[in-house]
Amino acid sequence: MADPSSFAPPSRIVVAGASLAGLSAAKRLRQLGYSGDLVLIGDEPYPPYDRPPLSKQVLTRRLSTDTTLPQPRDLDIDWRLGVAARGVDLTARRIDLANGDALDYDRLLIATGTRARPWPKPDEASIDGVLTLRGRDDADRLVPRLAASPGRVLIIGGGFIGCELASCCREMGLAVTIVESERVPMRRALGERIGAFMAGVIRDHGVDLRLGAMVERIEADNAGAVAAVMLKDGKRIGCDLIIVALGAVRNVEWLEGLGLLTSARGLRCDAFCRALRANESPAPGVFAAGDVAHWPLVANDGHLVTVEHWGNAVEQARMAAHNMLAGDITGMRIHQHLPDFWSSQFGLNIKCVGLADSAEEMAIAQGSVEGRRFLAVFGRKGRTIAALSINSARWLPAYRALIEEGAPFPPIEGAVDQPRMRKEAAGFASIDT
Amino acid sequence: MSQDTLFARILAGKSRPNPYPLYAIMRKTPVARQTDGTYVVSSYDAIYRLLYDPRLSSEDLPPPLLHWTGNPIKDLIIDPIKEQIRARHRPFIFRDPPDHDVLRRRVMREFSPERVRAMRGKTEKIAHDLIDNCQSREQIDLVDNFSYPLPVTVICELLGIPREDEPQFQGWATQLATALDPDQRSDEENWKKSQITFDQISAYMQALIDRKRADPQEDMLLGLATYKDPSDGRMNNYDLISTAVLLLVAGHETTVNLITNGMLTLLRHPEHLERLRATPAMAPRLVEELLRYEPPVHYRTRLALAEIEIGGVKIPKGTPVVLLLAAGSRDPDRFPDPDCFDPDRESNTHFGFGGSLHYCVGAPLARIEGEVALVALARRLLNPRLVETVPRYHPGASLRGPRHLPIAIDGIID
Repeated sequence: MADPSSFAPPSRIVVAGASLAGLSAAKRLRQLGYSGDLVLIGDEPYPPYDRPPLSKQVLTRRLSTDTTLPQPRDLDIDWRLGVAARGVDLTARRIDLANGDALDYDRLLIATGTRARPWPKPDEASIDGVLTLRGRDDADRLVPRLAASPGRVLIIGGGFIGCELASCCREMGLAVTIVESERVPMRRALGERIGAFMAGVIRDHGVDLRLGAMVERIEADNAGAVAAVMLKDGKRIGCDLIIVALGAVRNVEWLEGLGLLTSARGLRCDAFCRALRANESPAPGVFAAGDVAHWPLVANDGHLVTVEHWGNAVEQARMAAHNMLAGDITGMRIHQHLPDFWSSQFGLNIKCVGLADSAEEMAIAQGSVEGRRFLAVFGRKGRTIAALSINSARWLPAYRALIEEGAPFPPIEGAVDQPRMRKEAAGFASIDT
Repeated sequence: MSQDTLFARILAGKSRPNPYPLYAIMRKTPVARQTDGTYVVSSYDAIYRLLYDPRLSSEDLPPPLLHWTGNPIKDLIIDPIKEQIRARHRPFIFRDPPDHDVLRRRVMREFSPERVRAMRGKTEKIAHDLIDNCQSREQIDLVDNFSYPLPVTVICELLGIPREDEPQFQGWATQLATALDPDQRSDEENWKKSQITFDQISAYMQALIDRKRADPQEDMLLGLATYKDPSDGRMNNYDLISTAVLLLVAGHETTVNLITNGMLTLLRHPEHLERLRATPAMAPRLVEELLRYEPPVHYRTRLALAEIEIGGVKIPKGTPVVLLLAAGSRDPDRFPDPDCFDPDRESNTHFGFGGSLHYCVGAPLARIEGEVALVALARRLLNPRLVETVPRYHPGASLRGPRHLPIAIDGIID
């Protein structure tokens, strides 16, 4: 049954999460002419800030840790910063805050994002010199540690954050070790082949890259400062600073047991960005966007995804904002965003459109791997689903268009600067379908 | 009006003064097949997309015209070898990656921000000297007296070509510019003239480079000749000469048209001429709008290496594709009120310098030349007026601009 109150224009919209997605939604709501109350709740004391520089230019101190995002002056937001959301009453349409306040809402956007996955052993995680990197406070702790020239930095986890961190360390002349359990770094996003290429690049830059290795425990010295890690194979690596870069945990615990469909993969929502209840029907007036959302990607046969990238946070929040004002489903639009991301590390500009991780095959479509400038395409069931460029971003717009059109794999044959194309296995761990 | 002969009408000389109404019709079919098999692309979105498409090649020079002399050694050995070398060492505007990128990287290195910035003062001096030469005249021809000599002096200065050789260069540059203009390249007689000119300028450049190597001075040509690229070493002589010739030609004819079209536009919109005189700081915005509104380059031709489907149209493999940049820059779907000359436009990402990997390498210099020239003209010409409402144009439809622009003045202000 349609919810009659959802047809009335909202007069109070609450956004839980004051980061990129939350701010993007707020901006869009005002752009679309929404003039009612607009509340933004954030557990951090800071106004919305930009995260990508925190693992790049901020660490090398080319930028300060204050990466506050620009805001139009007339947003007219009721800010509730430094206070976390604690629970939702879907029936009463009320959100509870950690400081005891409660706010009624007509529409609620849940954009509470993720946090860094901590080292699983709390006693080791609390050793002086064991850090993580996700937010501004983390960067504030990390920057002086790096500036103090530690003898060796050890990074647990060879994903994007771990590799960007290592790149900054090398730029600063620091000795650095990456311990990664997979056979190649960044395998989940890049696959075996490109991951192996990156391993070569990373080692060429002087990083001690330990692949197929796992940290068994972290050891402190007598003063209680970090001293070494012991690997599962019994090897010991001395270090003065450890950064745990094991990915992210979605901030959904506060929603558990309240009737919404949550899991470790996030808060389920539909293609209209509506948050779903346990019976998979949309919760009236509740929407989700950004890293916390677990949603069906149209471009990927409706496969459920969680996308932890900047571009999706912006686009999904904007679409949620639109749909919050749409009244009923006939006025709503589908979030059709093709995920994309970028990274800069070890002198390379890495960009990707589409999600490669469900690919079966790949091919180098432009440039040359030896020359360290190339573009790889990824295919699934005969269709091109992703393209990844290394120092060749100029060609990406064309490949993006082809992916959006559902072009066959490989999408282009006979292009400028194209090597003889050879299909290879994509080399992703089999993913659950 | 038939779409499939529209481009021929655009190319016709009588469309030169105002091709924009034809562009508007053209845009109704953003990707339009012409009767000769060429595809013309005219909407902003489609042009943007194709500029970044690796299926389009810039290596579309027409096949060489080898003239039979009756001397078998020349006809069967020397000329074909020469032609092969020439084809392999085309200027990088006519080359694809990866070779293109290596050559372009070298040139970008020489077009350093410091070197370009240093040209502003020199350009001002050149501009004012040229205006000084018009003292006590009641009428000037903006092209011959100003727009034409200014860029050639600037580019010669930048490359390090001796002043006394400049007049010779003007002639060469004009002839070779026709080789950049696709609609003039198909003229056999003209193409042959260009080949001869190319031989002359090559010989000159070779001698000049040898002289510079013997007596090194800080300029672009010597920089190009001596720089060792970490991956590619030193530039070979053939590429060096074709690059030097490209910089000379591309940095010349286009800027002439930027300045002339600019002054023509300002004389047709006297309120903006007045504003520029009172507020020279608006020059950058004004030049940007000129590049959109009356660009020096109207289209570029590419070659489809594979079938391309765009906007529901399939462009077959092997087809020449005309990117009608000037029509894209007037696309109402991208620019509100596109036929209005408005230097205060908020977002002005025009195609005046092309786009993507062949984006004009000299754009920062061209902007300086345009700004300096128009500010100087606005400030120093007393009461300038157009003598003819429609000037006479060069034949070129791609490198489009007036051949002469007579302007009546009441004097020169000091």
